[in-house]
Amino acid sequence: MTIEEFISRIESVFEDEQPGSLQPDTEFRNLESWSSMYALIIVALFETDFKTTVTGDQLRKCNTVQDLYQLLPK
Amino acid sequence: MALFTVNNIALRGLAAAVPLQTESNRNYDWITEKERNLLIKTTGVENRRKAPDGVCTSDYCLEAAKKLLQDLNWKADEIELLIFVSQSPDYYLPATAIILQDKLGLPQTSLAFDICLGCSGFVYGLSVVANMLSNSGIKKALLLTGDVSTVSVSYQDKSTYPLFGDGGAVAALERTEDASPIYFNLQSDGSGYESIIIQDGGCRNPINAASETMEETEKGVIRRRRDLTLNGMDVFNFSVTRVPPNVNELLNYAGVNKTELDFFVMHQANLLLNETVRKVIGIDAAKVPYSLKGFGNTSSASIPLTIVTQIAETLQTTKKKLLLCGFGVGLSWGSVILETENLVVSDLIEI
Repeated sequence: MTIEEFISRIESVFEDEQPGSLQPDTEFRNLESWSSMYALIIVALFETDFKTTVTGDQLRKCNTVQDLYQLLPK
Repeated sequence: MALFTVNNIALRGLAAAVPLQTESNRNYDWITEKERNLLIKTTGVENRRKAPDGVCTSDYCLEAAKKLLQDLNWKADEIELLIFVSQSPDYYLPATAIILQDKLGLPQTSLAFDICLGCSGFVYGLSVVANMLSNSGIKKALLLTGDVSTVSVSYQDKSTYPLFGDGGAVAALERTEDASPIYFNLQSDGSGYESIIIQDGGCRNPINAASETMEETEKGVIRRRRDLTLNGMDVFNFSVTRVPPNVNELLNYAGVNKTELDFFVMHQANLLLNETVRKVIGIDAAKVPYSLKGFGNTSSASIPLTIVTQIAETLQTTKKKLLLCGFGVGLSWGSVILETENLVVSDLIEI
């Protein structure tokens, strides 16, 4: 999956983010719409759409959208 | 592995009772309106029932049991086994099941005891009751499950308060030659005991002055050490990685294809978590009922409450194959495959 495709999947789970609003270097926790609930929503997205289990520890170490992308299996 | 079969036991009836008083997450003003909307959409919990002060789990279980006995046309003196599964007993001691034996008018020749489990408790309770019935001369039994969780959550803890509702349920089981086998798969992982915990109030950390102090543990989370703590991320990871293999092992062991199941009734944790588990296992959404919207997470009452409020009608008149699955505090999880035929399901009691 390209990072562009990945970003568009991530954008789709944020209610207030329009397509094209996220960049690889966007720090997702600084988004105005960020809430701790999104941590679970992102982990669920990885589980169901990317077939990848992401732990709380792994997620805590991520700051940018690019960091999240790196969690995908190579 | 705790995979086993119990023969000659039938589930005959289910009932549930909840408090009349409803609280809506639409009015949960500890968080902003935007957060509230996201919370309701993500967790699936819009309304919850809240027990008045001093009303216990056993009070709901008692009313549910009285109604179910009536609807089944069973007499109290025919029942010789009563198990109460809860983490909100009436007293530190004695066991609540024994008090319920007397209140229900069960004979003194019956045995009664408590099991301290939460979200997995209905499935675990079924396994104990079914096994005891199968290996004794006892013919009829009641399993009472539930919790009053709203007493142990802090209003200023958005990770717990908006999730939990109160209620009690009852299942009636009978030993009979014509019953289909019941299959269980039960598991435990105590290394995760801190994922869902009330720190103070037991023997490890007796209640002390600090137990009552409100502490901010993270943004939007202020609670006391005697309140429930829930690590949502740990519980999420636990559930999505452990529950699907447990269910698949059970299906395999029982020789049942998931397409043969009429319903897959899960413990009601939250919608995002349950739907993730459902998708990972690969079960059709139409077979998976939810009571989260109106009742929230009702602990060990959640599976029977979901059946009573969502799929009672079809179970009352037909034969159905069910897979029930509980998971959570402990960490403890388990699933069961059983068949019901013309199940007696009482109308929901609201008191």
